[in-house]
Amino acid sequence: MKLYCLSGHPTLPCNVLKFKSTTIMLDCGLDMTSTLNFLPLPLVQSPRLSNLPGWSLKDGNVFLDKELKECSGHVFVDSVPEFCLPETELIDLSTVDVILISNYHCMMALPYITEHTGFTGTVYATEPTVQIGRLLMEELVNFIERVPKAQSASLWKNKDIQRLLPSPLKDAVEVSTWRRCYTMQEVNSALSKIQLVGYSQKIELFGAVQVTPLSSGYALGSSNWIIQSHYEKVSYVSGSSLLTTHPQPMDQASLKNSDVLILTGLTQIPTANPDGMVGEFCSNLALTVRNGGNVLVPCYPSGVIYDLLECLYQYIDSAGLSSIPFYFISPVANSSLEFSQIFAEWLCHNKQTKVYLPEPPFPHAELIQTNKLKHYPSIHGDFSNDFRQPCVVFTGHPSLRFGDVVHFMELWGKSSLNTVIFTEPDFSYLEALAPYQPLAMKCIYCPIDTRLNFIQVSKLLKEVQPLHVVCPEQYTQPPPAQSHRVDLMVDCQPPAMSYRRAEVLALPFKRRYEKIEIMPELADSLVPMEIKPGISLATVSAVLHTKDNKHVLQPPPRPAQPTGGKKRKRASDDIPDCKVLKPLLSGSIPVDQFVQTLEKHGFSDIKVEDTAKGHIVLLQEAETLIQIEEDSTHIICDDDEVLRVRLRDLVLKFLQKF
Amino acid sequence: MDPECARLLPALCAVLADPRQPVADDTCLEKLLDWFKAVTEAGSSLLLLQENPCLVELLFHVLKPQDLSSRILSFALRLAGTFAAQENCFQYLQQGELLPGLFGEHGPLGAAAWAAPTVRSGWIQGLRSLAQHPSALLFLADSGAVDTIFSLQGDPSLFVASAAGQLLVHVLDLAMRGPAKGHGRLQAQDWPACAQRIVCHLEDCLCSEAAPRVTQALHVLTTAFGHCHGLWTQGLWVQLSPLVARLLEKDPMPAPHALVELLLSVARSSVPSSNPGLWETAAQTLSRLSPMQAGPLAAGILKLQDCPQALRTQAFGVLLRPLACVLEATAQAPGTPGLLEGAAGDPMAVDMLPPSKSACVGLLCSTLAHLELLQPLPQRPSPWPQAPLLAAAVTILRFCNGSAAPSSEVGGRLCAMLVGCVRVQRAALDFLGVLSQGLGPRELVTQVFAVLLEYLMSPDSSPTVLKKAFQATLRWLLSSAVPPGCCDLEPRAQLVLRELLAVLQKRLCSPCWEVRDSGLEFLTQMTRRWGGQAGFRQTLLASEVPKLASQLLQDPESYVRASAVAAAGQLSSQGLLAAPSSPEHPAGPQTPLEELLLVLTTDSEGFPRRAAMRVFTEWLRDGHMAVAEDRERFMARVLQAASGDLDWEVRVQGLELALIFLQQLLGARSPGAAPPGALAQALRALCRVQLFEFAFRSLFDCDRPVAQKSCDLLLFLRAKAAPSSSPQEAGDSPDVAPVEAALQRWRAGEQGQPLGELAPEAVLAVLRSMDLEALRDTLAESSDHVERSPQSLLQDVLAAVGVLGDNEADCY
Repeated sequence: MKLYCLSGHPTLPCNVLKFKSTTIMLDCGLDMTSTLNFLPLPLVQSPRLSNLPGWSLKDGNVFLDKELKECSGHVFVDSVPEFCLPETELIDLSTVDVILISNYHCMMALPYITEHTGFTGTVYATEPTVQIGRLLMEELVNFIERVPKAQSASLWKNKDIQRLLPSPLKDAVEVSTWRRCYTMQEVNSALSKIQLVGYSQKIELFGAVQVTPLSSGYALGSSNWIIQSHYEKVSYVSGSSLLTTHPQPMDQASLKNSDVLILTGLTQIPTANPDGMVGEFCSNLALTVRNGGNVLVPCYPSGVIYDLLECLYQYIDSAGLSSIPFYFISPVANSSLEFSQIFAEWLCHNKQTKVYLPEPPFPHAELIQTNKLKHYPSIHGDFSNDFRQPCVVFTGHPSLRFGDVVHFMELWGKSSLNTVIFTEPDFSYLEALAPYQPLAMKCIYCPIDTRLNFIQVSKLLKEVQPLHVVCPEQYTQPPPAQSHRVDLMVDCQPPAMSYRRAEVLALPFKRRYEKIEIMPELADSLVPMEIKPGISLATVSAVLHTKDNKHVLQPPPRPAQPTGGKKRKRASDDIPDCKVLKPLLSGSIPVDQFVQTLEKHGFSDIKVEDTAKGHIVLLQEAETLIQIEEDSTHIICDDDEVLRVRLRDLVLKFLQKF
Repeated sequence: MDPECARLLPALCAVLADPRQPVADDTCLEKLLDWFKAVTEAGSSLLLLQENPCLVELLFHVLKPQDLSSRILSFALRLAGTFAAQENCFQYLQQGELLPGLFGEHGPLGAAAWAAPTVRSGWIQGLRSLAQHPSALLFLADSGAVDTIFSLQGDPSLFVASAAGQLLVHVLDLAMRGPAKGHGRLQAQDWPACAQRIVCHLEDCLCSEAAPRVTQALHVLTTAFGHCHGLWTQGLWVQLSPLVARLLEKDPMPAPHALVELLLSVARSSVPSSNPGLWETAAQTLSRLSPMQAGPLAAGILKLQDCPQALRTQAFGVLLRPLACVLEATAQAPGTPGLLEGAAGDPMAVDMLPPSKSACVGLLCSTLAHLELLQPLPQRPSPWPQAPLLAAAVTILRFCNGSAAPSSEVGGRLCAMLVGCVRVQRAALDFLGVLSQGLGPRELVTQVFAVLLEYLMSPDSSPTVLKKAFQATLRWLLSSAVPPGCCDLEPRAQLVLRELLAVLQKRLCSPCWEVRDSGLEFLTQMTRRWGGQAGFRQTLLASEVPKLASQLLQDPESYVRASAVAAAGQLSSQGLLAAPSSPEHPAGPQTPLEELLLVLTTDSEGFPRRAAMRVFTEWLRDGHMAVAEDRERFMARVLQAASGDLDWEVRVQGLELALIFLQQLLGARSPGAAPPGALAQALRALCRVQLFEFAFRSLFDCDRPVAQKSCDLLLFLRAKAAPSSSPQEAGDSPDVAPVEAALQRWRAGEQGQPLGELAPEAVLAVLRSMDLEALRDTLAESSDHVERSPQSLLQDVLAAVGVLGDNEADCY
């Protein structure tokens, strides 16, 4: 059993598991932090960005000044943003049989894999995962395609040149493999390969293994996966949450008795408690708006935004903010808000019961109805007519490199009355803000990551007790900035096995059994013999038939009847020669009794020696040696076949035959 | 006993003795017992029984085998005990063989009723009441009751077991008191037989291998040394201390908690004066117990007034050890001056912290709580290690928020155990607050403020932790005034203040109402203390805090609104509240006074309205500008609102406000009457603000405190006016008829009737004609004074049974 680790990002995993005869890709995460090295794509011509000075080498060489621009001491690539793909060289991805997706954030690299690697298999995911994943991809493509950029920089990627660049460009890894965003056509083609599944549904893969998605509690339709055969069970835990938010709660019980548990997607900010952060978010939002400032919340179009809107729904009246407009701007804003209301069976119990009242499960419906929350596909069009300040704007992309958020950063950045509140934990807010410096607006960092923290992990592991845990190397040591926090790492016995990008792990686990079926007529013919109370054995002669990873013992063909010998045998009638079967032996030889028996049969001068593996009985007179071991007995005598047979028969008396 | 009760008594006894008429209410029986106890304490029990033979009959009746409820049986046992407390009555009951029947082996003790814990408890309490004289002692010895008490010590009902222990102590005390009188200390062999039996039993228990028996004995001894003050206790300790010392040698030590209790109880008694060996036992115990068990003993020793210095040092060392471990866990260099420097203690056992999280948290919390209690005591250890304690408190808080840098493996473990632990955070913040009473090195105080700010800023601080952090911050700000007692903030505190206000600003917008509430309370207290100080004023006015505070007057949570009212009142008193202009209500009230009046007249909850009244009272007392501008108009508006309020506390506050107004007009200090001119002027003003209508109406308020307050107010006014019956008043008598008519109607409950215009003279005349003193006395009686009489109690019991009968009849 091997695990190929294609991504180094612990929350955007992409691993391939080879288990029995199957090759299973676990998630398909796309590391978008690479985009932080690029200049933002402004929706409206930005004189500030277009007038940034080109970057020149120390010696004054300016050949890179078209590709690289300098802003407040940082250097950015002036080009269409590019993404860091999962490793494609480690394993031939055309051999991947299936891809299991655990949540919509972990499928963003899917088009790169399904469309460009010769992949011919099936992708499994739940319906909300696919629908919201589609929205995320659509938004991404839209954000990038609507601001076409003629230039595509590649000179800086040259290894010799990259060495000369300042950090973080100098340290960026595998820049040659970075790719531009996929197209909508590729997205559609990739999504067409997905087969929808429901929680606890058992999916047979070639008869070899069974895979089952379980609720993971993190997002709408998010799942953990169980991959099991008859005798082995691997659990794949990715992006799970035990907090009471909108999705169905996590199914922990089904993870019990795993041989291997692959643990990914823990919280990225283990020191930030989501409840505290929501409080911080509300307080800062209210404080800004009360002072007449605007609040910008860079976010994804689905996920935490539902919970934030729900908190605000309860908070705005109490904070006296009911007259403040809330805007949600995204090409998929409308679909996201509406989709959230129709996936009732994927929601937590409280929200499910609302559907029967009938009421919309999320209160943002009411916010929209009362005009407190308005949504727009982009800043163009209706929004510019309705726009009123002070206001609160939720918009993407959280990297601040593309999307409508770029416009608001340019618009509001100059005033200290305004605040940008970062709630998505995927990007370093300082790096995200770098191309907007100098910035007067206030910045608040309230990362809300509801995924498991280390305390919850340790409780979970205690409860489900897997034999082995495998996790990204980042989880096996405290965060570099807080090396004393030994509580911020996975703590389990035996210690977790860690992996890093481009590593192949042999999982510490050997397969020992295989299930084989016996045909009824063959089973009928068996004559079991009880050799110990409760244990019976029977010999069986059969033909092992293997097809689709299923093994069946069938009765052997009958021995050929003598055919009179005239007709020539046809080749197909050939049957293997069934040799006369020697009986199987079992049991052990008690040396003392054996010696007594030998003496009774006239052997004298018997000597017994103990060896590491058993005993040696020496018949000195007969110059014969009987070597008794756990699973074999050897009689060594000089060409005296009669003596050997005599001794053999004495040995056999002590053993059972069947 | 009054005749009416005596008349009802036979019927009552009949009801109690009748198993078909169960007394539904247990409290009735308790009240009856209380009453009988009061009656017997006031007079002779013997006489009572002779005059009311039904009582003895009731007791005899109980003895008959029948299906009587266990409650009645228990009642009878306790009643008999109450009567038998007087020796002559005891003998009277003895003659009838009643007492052996009730408390002896042939009574309930041997019957099925004994299975009920109430009966066993009644038996014990009966004996407890009875055991007051030498005859009782003889009775106890002869009846075998002492053995039963021994066995009841292990009763499954904790109440019974504990009462049995206490009874044992009582009997022992009674037995020892008699002979000890005049003899001083007796030798053990001279003790009365009964006492010897009990002590012998205790000795057996102390030597027992069964931990529960040891615990029982220790409990009994703890009670004995705690409650009995005879010299005999010294002899008892001499007799038993070797056995106690032997317990210390056992491994594991049995009943460590009970042992600690006993040692402390003995240490607080008169024993140590004659028996210094106790201190050795205590010292030995301290060194044998685990840190968690030793903490209460160490704290108890340190609270003692007289105790050897060496033991105090040892105890303090034990108490400080967990904190010393914490300090050691973050010490950058080995040998950094720690907490136990100078204090005698074993060589620093750094690894003494318990390995489990809950035990470690419990140990730290209890250590901090003990030290918190010790700090203000005059007998606290000296020198008090203020600086290391401060450092320890700061370090614990840092461990709890993950910012401490551990320097050892123990530190790493501590870090993992304490991160995010709210219990320890609360205990450490409380302790830190208490430490503000002492000074600390400059850099440590800087650290204190830094860690407090970290807590106040952290989004992860829970509301209760935040509240404590606010309280501790306030205490430290108060203590950092220079020179002590001066109201100016020192420059460092001034710097802290700026950051504090930034935090406060955010906290006032918190979605959690508890946080907004504690933020406002903190603001109110800070403003009260430093509102007059220029630096504070400047910093506060430069922030958004005053604006936010007044916006919170519209908070959806009533507690927060109440705190906002208090804050706005305080800010306004200090001239720190700009005219409120909420963006929501541009046309709303423009001054703080208007704003608070709006709260008083429109808020649907009582808390904010009460808070508004308190603010108005304070404003009037302190001469707030908004009030001083037109005091009469202010009074008229507030009194009008208060008088119609549904909340009685608001009405009482209104009368309090009226009283202050009155005192301001007529002079509170001068005891005599006001000068006539001033009086007339004042009366006219009072009439204009319609104070009298409010006060008279309140006299008949359905809530007693309101009527009482009003009565006090009018009595004060009358005292000021009484002797000054001016000539013109004497001449033409004013027309008081309408006033009296109105009063009549109000008394009759027709509160809706208005009083109309009042002439000052009429008011005075009515005041003089009213018997306010009598009214005051009536009001001073508790509202149930009629219902609480024994007669009413007896009637209630009878009526309850009677009513049951009526219902039965109705069924047919």
